[in-house]
Amino acid sequence: MLDKAFKGSPKYWAWIITLLCLIGIGFGCYLMQLNEGLGITGLSRDVSWGLYIAQLTFLVGIAASAVTVVLPYYLHNNKSFGPITIFGEFLAIAAVLMCLLFVIVDLGKPARLFNVVFHPTPNSILFWDMVVLNGYLLLNLIIGWNVLEAERGGVKPAPWVKTLIYISIPWAISIHTVTAFLYAGLPGRGYWLTALMGARFLASAFASGPALLILLIFIIRKYSRDDVGKEGVQKLAVIMTYALAISLFFIGLEFFTAFYSQVPGHMESLMYLFGGLDGYHGLVPFMWAFAVLAVLALVLLLNPATRNQESTLKLACGATFLAMFLEKGLGLVIAGFIPNPMGVVSEYFPTVPEVLITVGIWALGFLVLTVLYKLAVGVKEEVEF
Amino acid sequence: MRINRRKFLKAGGAATLVMGVLPVAQALAEKRQSGEAADVKWGLAVDLRACWEHQQAGCRECMDACHYEHNVPVGQGSKEEIKWIWSAPFKEVFPELEGVWEEDLANSAALALCNHCDNPPCVRVCPTKATFQTKTGITVMDYHRCIGCRYCMAGCPYGARSFNFRDPRPFIDKANPSYPTREKGVVEKCNLCAERLADGLKPLCVDVCPHGVLYFGNLKDPQSEISRVLKDRFSLQRKAELGTRPKVYYLL
Repeated sequence: MLDKAFKGSPKYWAWIITLLCLIGIGFGCYLMQLNEGLGITGLSRDVSWGLYIAQLTFLVGIAASAVTVVLPYYLHNNKSFGPITIFGEFLAIAAVLMCLLFVIVDLGKPARLFNVVFHPTPNSILFWDMVVLNGYLLLNLIIGWNVLEAERGGVKPAPWVKTLIYISIPWAISIHTVTAFLYAGLPGRGYWLTALMGARFLASAFASGPALLILLIFIIRKYSRDDVGKEGVQKLAVIMTYALAISLFFIGLEFFTAFYSQVPGHMESLMYLFGGLDGYHGLVPFMWAFAVLAVLALVLLLNPATRNQESTLKLACGATFLAMFLEKGLGLVIAGFIPNPMGVVSEYFPTVPEVLITVGIWALGFLVLTVLYKLAVGVKEEVEF
Repeated sequence: MRINRRKFLKAGGAATLVMGVLPVAQALAEKRQSGEAADVKWGLAVDLRACWEHQQAGCRECMDACHYEHNVPVGQGSKEEIKWIWSAPFKEVFPELEGVWEEDLANSAALALCNHCDNPPCVRVCPTKATFQTKTGITVMDYHRCIGCRYCMAGCPYGARSFNFRDPRPFIDKANPSYPTREKGVVEKCNLCAERLADGLKPLCVDVCPHGVLYFGNLKDPQSEISRVLKDRFSLQRKAELGTRPKVYYLL
């Protein structure tokens, strides 16, 4: 099946080469980081996790969101999701792969990575995150491959694949819940210490994931003969609308608890994010961009006329994805460290090599995604013609 | 001598009994040993006002001695600074008490170090057991196992952990050959001089304090210096409401 990835138009190859260049640049920067240490990043003793771990958090959500197509198709037998399910599963594979890479580039001693396996420590949430992320990757690889093989052969997937698919549904929920537990169980980090974290993560995931998937499906439509499920996209947009609304509601709940209770540890991070704290406001423009984009997306999605029209739906998806990226892939992780445990604000800005490493991993994720989608579209075209 | 069946069974039975009892006895003996260790729980107390007054006069003995003894690098800039024991304004060491104290006390210098929590979040979150608690209640690290994930730094509510963002060795002026240096990419922090305690010595900060404002001892022994001073005087623990149960106390 892999041969399909090697046959493409000049445009396809230009895209692949662009991604390879970005991966190369990122890898070069990573070698520099290996050599000099994490000192080349913007991280500090106060903000000790930054862009890398924020990407992990955001991308676990993208991976988990495959459940928004898998669940209606396999559990509710909703046929309109059929044509797009494989794209959701392949998106999950690429996203989990990026997650694992973001963990590795964040380590100070990557050569000792396997200490997590050699000295398993069940009381550490990071240990469980490793277990569930790798398990999810394996599940989706096996499921995706077998479903596609079956489609190619014009048969139904084997019954044991169905069993794995059912397992993958709660597993998807688990990866994002466990990732939320990384944060939600730490004493003294008021912004993260909220029981709502897991629910918030899932809600934002089910908004940002479908947003990306819909945009990807539009791209697939443009470049292939395959007219991928119009109906499925519409239903996915409805799921996304609910998820975005719930997600924003949850953020509102955090504001209420923090500012009505007036507990400083719970207010300060939010103050830093949206208004600035002690004269520092590095993230304020980004968070207001989040707010504007989120409201714009919600208005476009709630209105059936704009939700059903392709051009405005694209705009809404772009706005949702970007908004959630800013909220979760930037603000959530960084602001948890601000102010520091001594009540002092020390800001974090990623450095150029740090951003290039991040872009390199995204490029690698998109490379994997492109190849997988190429296979999926190729098989679909082969079956149709 | 002739062994009949009766004698053979008797001897065999006795041997089985001994072999069966021996491991149990050994386990019991070990338990008694660890029971002895559990009778020790090290704690440290800082006389806040006295220490502040001497710091105003320029005293930095404990910090300098500790950082030399443990090869703590200096001069890496505040963002990447490695700190085992350091001085910070009172209002930063006790941020939750801000505003309650008069201005001079709020800005007075207080010592900060790892609290060697009885219920340490850093140990709970470490994915490799590189950070662990000893039987005497000290939180220590295995620098050779640490993968540098910095989860412990997120977990510590006291900012007591530092990460080697780059190779620390060029930043060590005069190396102490009797304690290891670290590599880039691992976390480190105060170990309450576990290496000295093993030799029956007190932590270096307590030993070198020229004014006797640091108290150290076994919290489980009511006659120890620290137990008595904690009984006599009112003391604070940093962020006691978090349930970490710090074993570093601040005397008022």
